[in-house]
Amino acid sequence: MDVIKLDVSDEFEAMEGALELAGGDASVFKMPHVSSLVVSGNRILSANQTEGIVLEKRSTGSGVDIELTIKKGYKIPDPVHLCFGFLPKEGLQQINVSMVAEEDSSVQLVAHCTFPNSEHVIHKMDASIVVHKNAFLKYDETHFHGEQGGVEVIPKAKVVVMEGGRYFTGLTLISGRVGLLDLDYDVEAGKDSVCELNTKVHGKGTDNIKIRERISLIGENARSVTKSRVAIADNAVAEFTGITEGHAPHAFGHVDCVEVIQGNAVACAIPIVKVDNPLAKVTHEAAIGSVDKKEVETLMARGLEESEAVDIIVKGMLM
Amino acid sequence: MRGVNLEVADSEIHSVIGPNGAGKSTLAYLLMGLEGYEPDEGEIYFNGELITPLSITERAKRGITLGWQEPARFEGLKVRDYLSIGARRANNVSEETLCHALEMVNLSPALYLDREVSEALSGGERKRIELASIITMEPRLAILDEPDSGIDVLSLKEVITMIRHLKKNGSSVLVITHREEIAAASDRASLMCDGVVVRTGDPVEISNFFKNECKPCDMKAYTLKGE
Ligand SMILES: Nc1ncnc2c1ncn2[C@@H]1O[C@H](COP(=O)(O)OP(=O)(O)OP(=O)(O)O)[C@@H](O)[C@H]1O
Ligand SMILES: [Mg+2]
Repeated sequence: MDVIKLDVSDEFEAMEGALELAGGDASVFKMPHVSSLVVSGNRILSANQTEGIVLEKRSTGSGVDIELTIKKGYKIPDPVHLCFGFLPKEGLQQINVSMVAEEDSSVQLVAHCTFPNSEHVIHKMDASIVVHKNAFLKYDETHFHGEQGGVEVIPKAKVVVMEGGRYFTGLTLISGRVGLLDLDYDVEAGKDSVCELNTKVHGKGTDNIKIRERISLIGENARSVTKSRVAIADNAVAEFTGITEGHAPHAFGHVDCVEVIQGNAVACAIPIVKVDNPLAKVTHEAAIGSVDKKEVETLMARGLEESEAVDIIVKGMLM
Repeated sequence: MRGVNLEVADSEIHSVIGPNGAGKSTLAYLLMGLEGYEPDEGEIYFNGELITPLSITERAKRGITLGWQEPARFEGLKVRDYLSIGARRANNVSEETLCHALEMVNLSPALYLDREVSEALSGGERKRIELASIITMEPRLAILDEPDSGIDVLSLKEVITMIRHLKKNGSSVLVITHREEIAAASDRASLMCDGVVVRTGDPVEISNFFKNECKPCDMKAYTLKGE
């Protein structure tokens, strides 16, 4: 067990405050049996690693480099908690992550990204993820943004999932303004692997949302689902590109995109399906439109105002 | 729809029967005030108040509600929260109210309260949940469009029990149905054909008339007998 505590208690408390204000639970970062990492700007405020996990971290000029390895055969019982925050109004946070789940290992990661005061903050995340044979890696990231809309979130990930591996990832950005989101994930799925990519984003004001998710099913019997739910209002714009390629026999991929628009918002969905193996199959469904009228009218018939009804429906979709 | 004349009395179960395409659902939508179903002519009164110009919400606040022939699905909305919306109008959002409403439609609260009102439920389950949400609302007038559709035949009795429960709690119920059993359980019935309420009266008589004497959309038969 390796617990680092620097004398950063003020900043740690500020991060805790920001996280809890945003509905997160900061107490996990003090639990010795839970692996965790708290990064504020380019400072590592706390780090804890438990058995089966190797966590290397280095502060850089504008962020941190992280290498996380789940050792062969280890099934990590508690989710690993990560917190990335940036408290000042302006600046750049560059996170470079390399994650490796070794053969037969299993881990679940929960990341909170909090940018409560941002007027002009860029949060870039470059991730390389390898899920080895029969390993399981689940990574869920939730963002808490302020109401200023001054954040640019630019996550890029290159993911390789090997034979029998399972990779599940989710990004939720529904509290506060999005600002700019430019997400680009690229997944290569091997034989018998299962991949699931989930994104939920709620845009308002002049938010600009770009989501590009590509899954290449290169192994026999590889399966994937790409699911995105985007609600945008006001003058926000959103573009979803879901690319699924079936290159191997019995590979199966599905893309499911729902975008709900209100006000002057503009949404666009581009499903790209490429299959070069006759035994592979890729399906997609995309629905863009305003909130379903029957749903709204049903809730109004139970006494809700139209705006309340729309709110509940949008929230449900992003649950 | 033309020349529809229909009255539902206080705490009355009033069924509306008639062939497919007669305009029964359309009548329900008009009464609820759905968009695209504004009458060109005529007025709708509720409790002596003219409600034709009122929105769906305003009508619901006066106690009118609608159960659809095909209920909507709500991704991510829990049964608990869906039922609470109706219960809030009745100022009665308690765990007990929600459970009771589910029991009325024969769904176990333990199994259903935390499920989503989405594709994950079967059509029949969604239909039952919609009926439960109407129960929690304690409406003054519940308009039920084929409450039995999608519900297995064995459960027809439950639907009737639920309608009677609404009546007992002071609701009037306008129930659109193709089931004789439901018509027979009502206080009065109206027959609709081709957009017209042909006649209103004793439910058994109206059912029999519809079955035996009404030819498919043969309005002449009605005119002869009705006059
Ligand atoms: N939105 C609409 N626009 C135009 N015509 C419609 C619309 N909805 C229904 N209709 C037509 O109005 C008529 C009445 O339809 P309605 O759904 O009210 O019938 P119904 O009596 O409820 O039939 P069923 O027993 O099959 O439910 C039908 O001929 C139908 O095709
Ligand atoms: Mg109908």
